[in-house]
Amino acid sequence: MFKVFGSFVLFLYNMVARAERLKVLWNRFFEEAILIGVNSIFIVGIVSAFIGAVTCIQIAYNLTNPLIPKSTIGYMVREMTILELAPTITSIVLAGKVGSAIAGGLGTMRITEQISALEVMGINSTSYLVLPRILAAMLMFPLLVILSMALSILGGYLAGTLSGVMAPQDYIEGIRTDFIPYNILFALIKAVVFAFLVSGISAYKGFYTEGGALEVGAASTSAVTNSIIAILLADYVLAAVLL
Amino acid sequence: MIEISNLEKSFDGNQVLKGISCTLETGKCNLLLGGSGTGKSVLLSCIVGLMKPDLGSITFDGTVYTNSKVEIRQEIRRKIGMLFQGSALFDSMTVAKNVEFPLQMLTPDMSPEERRDRVEFCLKRVGLENAGNKMPSEISGGMKKRVGIARAIAPNCTYLFCDEPNSGLDPATSIKIDELIYEITHEYNITTAIITHDMNSVVGIGDHIIFLHQGKKLWDGDKEHILNAEVPELREFIFSSSLVRAAKRVEQEDGPQGLEHLAHEPLSEL
Repeated sequence: MFKVFGSFVLFLYNMVARAERLKVLWNRFFEEAILIGVNSIFIVGIVSAFIGAVTCIQIAYNLTNPLIPKSTIGYMVREMTILELAPTITSIVLAGKVGSAIAGGLGTMRITEQISALEVMGINSTSYLVLPRILAAMLMFPLLVILSMALSILGGYLAGTLSGVMAPQDYIEGIRTDFIPYNILFALIKAVVFAFLVSGISAYKGFYTEGGALEVGAASTSAVTNSIIAILLADYVLAAVLL
Repeated sequence: MIEISNLEKSFDGNQVLKGISCTLETGKCNLLLGGSGTGKSVLLSCIVGLMKPDLGSITFDGTVYTNSKVEIRQEIRRKIGMLFQGSALFDSMTVAKNVEFPLQMLTPDMSPEERRDRVEFCLKRVGLENAGNKMPSEISGGMKKRVGIARAIAPNCTYLFCDEPNSGLDPATSIKIDELIYEITHEYNITTAIITHDMNSVVGIGDHIIFLHQGKKLWDGDKEHILNAEVPELREFIFSSSLVRAAKRVEQEDGPQGLEHLAHEPLSEL
């Protein structure tokens, strides 16, 4: 366990110790930002909208007391979305999509000697391949989380109003009640931390793949599993420290 | 010239290189010959810096590579071109982009026009001037090797390393790849090291041959002397092919004139 952690720290150190030229990294950063961010918009949008919708319907189902105002449903959807569902569920979805792509891509490069080719050329392969991926993830995850928040709250609104559970003005009143701007900051901090964990762990798993195609698949699976566990652990720690 | 002195390397107590000392000469095709599992690939990995030897030293034209500063190692690495066994082309880039890649990374002062000219020159040199826009998945194994060679020589490498350049190729294509490596080595006076167990390569381009057996260097010399070498392991390696055995049998049975007929005999008769 400590050996793996030490190896991971060294891996990150090598990435920044002899970083490639800024221009090279800048171009790679944009390529990766498109792959990680833009290509994930669809899946994040679908998941977020439906989670918001389901959250709204289930809260309405449980809130049967006539003394509790209907606007509470909107309030709860907003709080759950911003504090937990948008950053955590989005990051778990991205661990599956982005994490497996990073691990699979780097693993394939390793077993086909493409990483060795970079190293023989005198290029710092961790800096060239991994650093732009981690930085791009740390930029794109928060942006996707913001999108997720908006679509999730919109999904709750549509589900609540179209199904006749509540009036539109009740939902809007709910999502405007007792708003704490810090919660947005907290969610974005979580997104940045989760992005680092998903991209870093997946890159580490892919980079040190040994063997053949079977091991690349195993590295991808392991990357996703470890990333999700790391997300949940970090989620608890961040909630305990920052709230 | 690359000088290797007393190189040792072990994996989990299994000693793969047992004190190898040899010289890879400039302007020559230096063949690292030996059977599977004799340490050829490990030796090459140590030379190019993909593995760190446990003991011994490697010197590139007087500059010690092993245990030297990162900057010195980086400087030497930038003079190295390598053709990998599976070509190791970047599959997300076109053939031309693959050849341009080391120029972009290693020579930032080069203008885009100069880079384009150099890529065109290198592709033409390996006979692939019309394949620049193709993806690696769209070209044959022999063409991939040619692209690998073009990528290796693009930044004017001083040292060229080839890991089994003939693996997976038919005999005719293998000979063409060998000839290309030989021509490039002599044309640019570079130090070339080739891992092989192909006897066609030995008799074709073996300017300097180093025979490895069980992690040790047992013989070195040139292709003119290899057939007369008095090392039993080397003789066994050379004469182990079915074709050579068939030739010996025919020579014993029919005399020297039988060998002339051998060339016209169907393979099933051998």
